[in-house]
Amino acid sequence: MIEILAKYNYWIVIILLCTGLYGIMAKQNLIKKIIALNVFQTSVLLFYVSMSKIEGGTAPILLNHGHGVQPLFDNPLPQVLMLTAIVVGISTTAVALSIVMLIYRQYGTIEEDQILELNKHND
Amino acid sequence: MEIIESARPVYAILVSLLAVVLISFSGKSPNLREMWTMLAALLKFGLVVSMLPTILAGKVIEYHVTRVLPGLDIAFRVDSLGMVLALTASFLWIITSVYAIGYMRSMDEHAQTRFFMCFAIALSSAMGVAFSANVFTLFVFYEIITVTTFALVAHEETPEAIKGARRYLAYLLGTSIFFFLPAMFLTYNYAGTLDFAGQGILAGKASYTIISIIFVLYIAGIAKAGMMPFHSWLPAAMVAPTPVSALLHAVAVVKVGVFTVIRILLFVFGVDLLSKIGLGTYLAYFASFTIITASIMALRQDNLKLRLAYSTISQLSYIILAVALLTPSGITSSMMHITIHAFGKITLFFVAGAIYVTTHKKNVSELNGIGRQMPFTMAAFTIGSFSMIAVPPFGGFISKWYLIMGTFEAKLIPILIVIVVSTLLNAAYFLPIVYAAFFKQPESGEVHGIKEAPALMVAPILITAAGVLVLFFASPLLLNLVKIAVASALGGIY
Amino acid sequence: MIKHLPALLIVIPLLVAIITPLIGRINRALSWYTATITTFISFVISLSLLKTVLEQGRISYWMSGWEPPWGIEYAIDYLNIFVLIIISFMAFVGAIYSKKNIDIEIDEEKKPFFYSVYLLFVTGIMGMTVTGDIFNIYVFLEITSLSSYALIALGKKRQALLAGFNYLIMGSIGATFFLLGIGYLYLMTGTLNIADLAVRLPEFYHTKAIFTAFTFLAVGLLMKLAVFPLHFWMPNAYAFAPSTISAVMAATGTKVAAYVLIRVMFTVFSLEFYAQAPFNIQYILLVLAVAAILAGSIMALAQTDIKKMLAYSSVGQIGYILLGITLMNTNGMIGSLIHLLNHALMKGTLFLVVGAVVYRTGLTSIENFRGLGKKMPFTMAAFTIAALSMTGVPLTVGFVSKWYLSVASIEIGMWWLVPIILLSSLLTAIYFWRIIDNVWFKPALGEEGLEHGHDNHRKPKSNDAPASMLIPTFTVAMLCLVFGVFAYGPVSLAEKAAMILLK
Repeated sequence: MIEILAKYNYWIVIILLCTGLYGIMAKQNLIKKIIALNVFQTSVLLFYVSMSKIEGGTAPILLNHGHGVQPLFDNPLPQVLMLTAIVVGISTTAVALSIVMLIYRQYGTIEEDQILELNKHND
Repeated sequence: MEIIESARPVYAILVSLLAVVLISFSGKSPNLREMWTMLAALLKFGLVVSMLPTILAGKVIEYHVTRVLPGLDIAFRVDSLGMVLALTASFLWIITSVYAIGYMRSMDEHAQTRFFMCFAIALSSAMGVAFSANVFTLFVFYEIITVTTFALVAHEETPEAIKGARRYLAYLLGTSIFFFLPAMFLTYNYAGTLDFAGQGILAGKASYTIISIIFVLYIAGIAKAGMMPFHSWLPAAMVAPTPVSALLHAVAVVKVGVFTVIRILLFVFGVDLLSKIGLGTYLAYFASFTIITASIMALRQDNLKLRLAYSTISQLSYIILAVALLTPSGITSSMMHITIHAFGKITLFFVAGAIYVTTHKKNVSELNGIGRQMPFTMAAFTIGSFSMIAVPPFGGFISKWYLIMGTFEAKLIPILIVIVVSTLLNAAYFLPIVYAAFFKQPESGEVHGIKEAPALMVAPILITAAGVLVLFFASPLLLNLVKIAVASALGGIY
Repeated sequence: MIKHLPALLIVIPLLVAIITPLIGRINRALSWYTATITTFISFVISLSLLKTVLEQGRISYWMSGWEPPWGIEYAIDYLNIFVLIIISFMAFVGAIYSKKNIDIEIDEEKKPFFYSVYLLFVTGIMGMTVTGDIFNIYVFLEITSLSSYALIALGKKRQALLAGFNYLIMGSIGATFFLLGIGYLYLMTGTLNIADLAVRLPEFYHTKAIFTAFTFLAVGLLMKLAVFPLHFWMPNAYAFAPSTISAVMAATGTKVAAYVLIRVMFTVFSLEFYAQAPFNIQYILLVLAVAAILAGSIMALAQTDIKKMLAYSSVGQIGYILLGITLMNTNGMIGSLIHLLNHALMKGTLFLVVGAVVYRTGLTSIENFRGLGKKMPFTMAAFTIAALSMTGVPLTVGFVSKWYLSVASIEIGMWWLVPIILLSSLLTAIYFWRIIDNVWFKPALGEEGLEHGHDNHRKPKSNDAPASMLIPTFTVAMLCLVFGVFAYGPVSLAEKAAMILLK
């Protein structure tokens, strides 16, 4: 039991992942969908960062120009990867928001069911 | 067997494709356009004839065009069997072109350029089928024929024509995709090759069950041969203009169908294999059923073209029946009947067209006394009918004679009864027309005196009718060619 | 210079994409030239890479000189050069074609941005293809996706916006799954280089983590590939995007996703993995493929809008590609790769034709195709050729792949797949027949009666698409025939690729 609880960070990943997915599926409001998408993506960030963490490790910065005893470092690579992923997430959000803005201008609403209703009348 | 590498079969195919291009550019000037058709037809026949001496000397001409995939080649091989079809089709193309020009102009048909283009492509493909060296090449040309003749059947563009054409396409494409293609695929899978070979390619490559399945798929897939139950495209296609019905549904399309059956039976399965499993006998009985049923249906048709169409279905099955006997005489009969039936049936269709152009009559019941008005035409009709019934001295007698010999060789006496019954039926649906035309009084108010169709139509009719007679008296010429094919199919024993 | 070609392939369109809006400031018309020239350069580079690969085998390029597995490696072998040629060619064709198309489908002031995003899209798909680093694939995947969301939303009808948004949601979920899968792989092996992963992974095959990794990667990619039942984003996206984009995306986007799937399934993982996986992965994927083939064809039958019909038909065609992959033998893989080529050419042609029809008539309903054979004979000839190829008629490229797929099915004893392939070909024939019938055999709407009657010989005026649309369309259509008759070249390349993948 304790063993399972000790991996709480991974549990949080799963909870965020599911929350995000649920939000994307269940919400009609496009902005809420985007928020859910962000939550969903954040779970992956957490996953990567927590796997790079080593117990007792510290930020990977060389001391004394690499001379002498070095402390234990965390793995820097996943963190760097996540910087990229964050950028990707932000770009996605930006594109999504701008599309939602256009949708609002065209339809006057950002509720998906109403938009679909309007499309039906227009076809 | 000596093999000669030559691209001549390719030229024979390409000639009419070249004509297609020229025809399409000269749509504005009908005379120029028709000149291209005639030129191509003559050139094609010349090329085919030029290969004849080589073939008669027992040699084979081969040409490999390209390899699509390993085991799937586009390649040509001219042998005596292919020669029979090629000679028949290319000769009759010349005649039909003359007739078609006469018919299309008299009827003032629309879209004549498209008509002559599709016609030329269909002929090219018929040559392609005749000269195919493997199942794949044959299949490709087989399909091209279907598509181009579709446009010809739908030529009138009336709802009725389009409906008929759709049915035509559905039957032919449907069966070839659902049965022929898988059959070819299975052949490739088991035999590892698709090249035709004298003794077949499937022997010893698969179990009898699988060979039987492939056999059934092939027979079902080649709907162009008009075997029941996949025959109803043929009557449906009779909505086409008469020259189309004549050439394509008496010669190019249906003859390509039975040719394919013969080719597949003899050169993919092989005589030995088929007689070992006994598949030939089944096929013979199956074909007999079609012969009798189609003849009975022909009796009931009042529309002349429809009656001829059912007669075709029945005659095609003669060819299949003959080859299914798997005896030397049977095979001889089937190959000869390709040519003999072609001449006879094309005459009959030509006559139907001539009657329609002159009097606008379509039905048998309206033909009383028409022999007085169109004596030459109806004389030709009589010759054609007699050949169908197999009265000497007309061509049909020769092939039926060999067929009867074949049944004795195969010791299938029930088949003999079928032949007798169907001959009687043939007489029953053809002779009344001849009788009515010459001996019954025309309806009152009809035009008296001779009023024939245009000369461009009557001349072809007389030529093909004469051909029927020539085929009887000069049958050894054809026989020599056929004998070589039979010998190669039976491994030299003949 | 020659040594750096793999990098230039990516860098040139990327840089040009950035400066295109600036060029557009000077003169809007210039942006078309820059896009066309850039895609042409990419195509030429791809050809020269093909030559190198054929002569020397695998190319390995180290980004900024860092040695793999630490640095990013661009690795080009028979598999990705095959895909690269297809996509760079179709991107070039799309660029030429777009000139007239976007005149009517995109607002004038948006043109430079359109080309900028188009080039980003091209950068993304080519990057995904050449890179040998799995995280790099993710990055390029997102570049591709983001630019395609924008391109779809540029469509003229307002439905395009929602189509783009839905694609964005689905695409992001897919990409995030893919990223999660990469995370698991990295967790177990500590490497991101594909070649290195292939070496290190086998010892972990039995672990649950690797199985989870595979599942995430596969689901993510299947979403990108629009495999039934994860295809929902696709029909609307293709239907409402500008025609050029529908064509280019259909011809390249799904192809690249399929490529990545093949790469992940057979280079990163290997046949050994599937043998010991807790579920029969092959069986599951096979069911998906068959369902896609049938469902795609059936849904296509029900459509009245041609763009939607083509999109659903893509669902079916993607099923074929997946089928070849899951058969897991050489012939199946050849069939799948040839079908990639096929589908790029055929679907490319079909969407290009639709674009031309929209240019002339402004409509996309199937009913509207009546009588077009006389008005746009060459365009409709191209359509007919592509439709024949879709059906799998011999001597078209469509026949070749179906032949290989059938051979492969029999080889592994799944003969029942052959009737399914046949049935779907028949359905394809039916839904294309409706259009071809309209095109060649029915008079145009409102012109019934004019055609009948024998002396009525007046030909409707031929008003074919402008040359800048017609020539690309017709070229691609002719390639369907060329590769159908001379299939040997692509097949031998695909065979080499398949041998390496399934060694």
